[in-house]
Formats: sequence, C-alpha cells, structure tokens
Amino acid sequence: MLTINASGELAKNTWRELDPAGAICEGGTAAQVNTGDWRINIPAWIADKCTHCMLCVPTCPDSSIPVKGGKRQDFDFMHCKGCGVCIKVCPLKAMTIAKEDK
Amino acid sequence: MAVKDRLTGNEAVAYAVKQVNPDVFAAFPITPSTDVPMIFSSYLANGEVTSEFVLAESEHSAMSACIGAACSGARTLTATSACGLALMWELLYVASGMRLPIMMPVINRAFSAPLNINCDHSDSMGARDTGWIQLYAENNQEAYDNYFIGMRIGEHKDVLLPVMSCQDGFITSHGLENIDLIEDDKVKKFIGNYSNEVSLINPKHPVSMGPYDIPFYYMEHKYQQVQAVKNAKKVIPGIFKEFGELTGRKYSWFEEYKMEDAERAIIILNSSAGTAKAVVDQLRAKGEKVGLIKIRVYRPFPMEEIAAALSKVKAVAVMDKADSFSNCGGPVYTDVRHACYDLGENRPKIINFIYGLGGRDVQMDNIAHVYEELKKTMAGSGGELYRYLGLRE
Repeated sequence: MLTINASGELAKNTWRELDPAGAICEGGTAAQVNTGDWRINIPAWIADKCTHCMLCVPTCPDSSIPVKGGKRQDFDFMHCKGCGVCIKVCPLKAMTIAKEDK
Repeated sequence: MAVKDRLTGNEAVAYAVKQVNPDVFAAFPITPSTDVPMIFSSYLANGEVTSEFVLAESEHSAMSACIGAACSGARTLTATSACGLALMWELLYVASGMRLPIMMPVINRAFSAPLNINCDHSDSMGARDTGWIQLYAENNQEAYDNYFIGMRIGEHKDVLLPVMSCQDGFITSHGLENIDLIEDDKVKKFIGNYSNEVSLINPKHPVSMGPYDIPFYYMEHKYQQVQAVKNAKKVIPGIFKEFGELTGRKYSWFEEYKMEDAERAIIILNSSAGTAKAVVDQLRAKGEKVGLIKIRVYRPFPMEEIAAALSKVKAVAVMDKADSFSNCGGPVYTDVRHACYDLGENRPKIINFIYGLGGRDVQMDNIAHVYEELKKTMAGSGGELYRYLGLRE
C-alpha cells in the first residue's frame, strides 16, 4: 500500500490500514517518492553540446537521466540528488552543476 | 495410540522438530541447548527430515538466517541458551517487529558474570520484552507439547509473532523422563500447512520487508505488533483446547495446583514447580491450605486470569529464577503484583523469592520454608518483600 497521496503528501493511514510491519507490498514505489528535495547542488544539461553517447546514463546512481528513442532527456529532478557523477564522466562538458536556489 | 518413550527434554524437542520437518533450522551450538541441533543433524543425516540446516558462525547469524528464511515464508527455527540468546538480542526485536513466526526452544541458563553454565531464567526473562511469545515447561512432556502449541500460536494469521519455548537447562533438558509422543499424522494435522501472504519469494506480489519507517508511521506499525499480542491472548485458549482434544493433555495459561481453598500460594515457572507440588502435597496432608500456580504462558501475560486466581488467596510468594536488579523484585513478581493491584480489598499480600540462580539446587525444604514464611506474611509480620531463597547470610 502506498502511503503517498496524489499531491505527494504522506497519507494519514490508521494502524489498521497500513501494511504489516512496514512492509511495502508492491514494486517500484521509490519512483513515486520525491527524493529530489535532498539536493544541494543542481546539474544542468546543455543539449546543444550533447552527442547522446550515453556515458552518463549508467553512471547515475539514481537512474535520473531518462532515455527516450535512443536520446537522453533532461534530468528527472524528482529523484536527482545532484551528486555530479554524470558531469565527471561527460567527455564533452555537456553538463554543469551549481548550488541550487531553494 | 500415542507412542511411549523416554527422552531428555532436549531429545523431546529435537523429536518434535523432526515431526514438524521445518523448512529451515539455523543454529550455533551453546550449552545446554546444543543437543537440539545436534540430534536434529542426525535426523537430517539419516534422511528423516528434508530441512535446510544452516550451521551459522554465531547466534547473531543464526537468528539473521532465521529472519531471512522466515521472510521467504519458510517454517523456521533455532535453539539457544544464555549468552547465545544475548548475542541475538538485536535480531529478537527484528523478528518480532517484522512479524515472523520463528520458533526458538530456549534452554534456560544463567548469564555471566560470574561465569556459569547452569540453569536459571536470566536469559529468557531478560528477553521478556522483546515481543516474543514465551511459553514455559515444567517437564519434558510439556517442553515437547509446547513446541507444537507455540507453532500454532506464532503462525496464527492474526498473530504472526516469534515464539520462545523455554525449559530448564540440564534439569529437564538433560534429565530423562517418560513421555507420550504424538503420532506423526496427528502432529501434521495439528500444525497444518503454513503460508505467509507476505513473502519475499512470491514473484506475483513483490514486497520490500523491513524498510526504514519514518516517525509518521512507526508508532502505527508498533501498535500493529501490540495488536498481534492482544490477538495471541484471544487465540491461545482455542489452541490449548484443540491440543487437549488431540492428546488428552489439558493446558491453560497456568496450572492451578490445589488452589480451590488455598490461603497461601506460590507462583512458579518451569521445573521447580514439580518440587513445589510435592511440598504442597505434604502440607495438604497436614491440613494446611496451600496451593501453587505454575505459569505456562508468560508472554502475553495472563493478567486478568492471574488476578482472578489470586483473588481468594491471602498470601502469595512469587518465585523468580532471575533477578531484574531493579531493587524491587524479579520480573514475574513485578507482573503478578501489578496484576493484583485492581483486586482492591481482595488483594493478597505478595512477596518475592529469588531462587535457584546459577543452578543452585532448590529442594523441598526450601519450598517448605517459603510456605512457612507465608504464614508470617499472612499474619502481617512478613519482613522484607523481596528476598533470596537459601542464601548464606
């Protein structure tokens, strides 16, 4: 059972409604949780410089660089933690990183 | 017909485990519980069971292996004593918090220091608040029977909690007694099949077990665990009844021995109950109104039932084979005294004796002394509430 409602807030389930012992009884639920707000630094993608070589995609520890039709897309900022690993591996300097204003 | 045999307490438990043929048995040897996995390993070598037997490198690992196995929906057990139980401590809470009905024969033994391998209840009494169901056994027969009863309690769909099935180290674990064994087919029927809806190896229903729980939900999940214990309180009488119909052995929260008109009573657990019953018989023969209560189910604690059983008694001595070092008595004493608070005017006077620590022999004279002291308690000149039995002063 998910404990996050449509607006991204924690659902106020009673003890009767929650899954036993805090088990999460379905798969892939992390995708629905906004962990992007942990970020301190935020990366930026410079599409003009990018050749879609895909070196950055598998290095992302949070799978936050989506790929569509063989082309990388802009960051998934709901899950990107701003670690900057992708920037280190990019041979074309097609990404930058800076402190995020909140 | 039931099979008559003579077995030690450990042999009896190992035989019960063989009859269950569990999915996983993970253990690390420790005196005096070592016999249980050792005898079981012979059953395994002889092809009499089909279990996965995990020789862990420590008790911490043994309980961890049990938790992993139980998460997959396997019928799982380990056995331990004293320091072995202590090394499992962190995982005891994980097992109960994750609602895994792991079985664990605990062969009661004293803690160090001073170093001691003999019987007292320090180990399981220390673990009384870890969320496990706790059953206690006077003799080998009860140790054997409690194993099956414990499984049924723990695996009940409204409970799903781990269970310690305790008996006295060496005294019953290594003592040979006659025993009635239940036929294999009856055991199979009584324990039935176990399947947990939440299982890590069910590809149709993926699940994450034991994830981090934020403060917003943790209390609700702990209350679910409390509710499981409350549910255990509801289902246990039915399981005892069913077991009684199967074997003719009628069990309850506790055994009341000659309590009908008793003015003075002792409350005790495990093997010393046998000694105390012999004393009750002797005193009854002299016309003294004495009785005994032997607690079988200590967690959940049968609070209302204990209070009702003591409501007509004038003086009670609670016998603790472990101290809690609270300076106000042992663990059973605290619970029993608490249970009696609401009796008001019917509340008996209740004293506490710590006895038999580190394997100190408790003989009939010692128990007779307790009943003698209860006369003074009854008369209102009782002395200290919390005392040591047989201590050299």
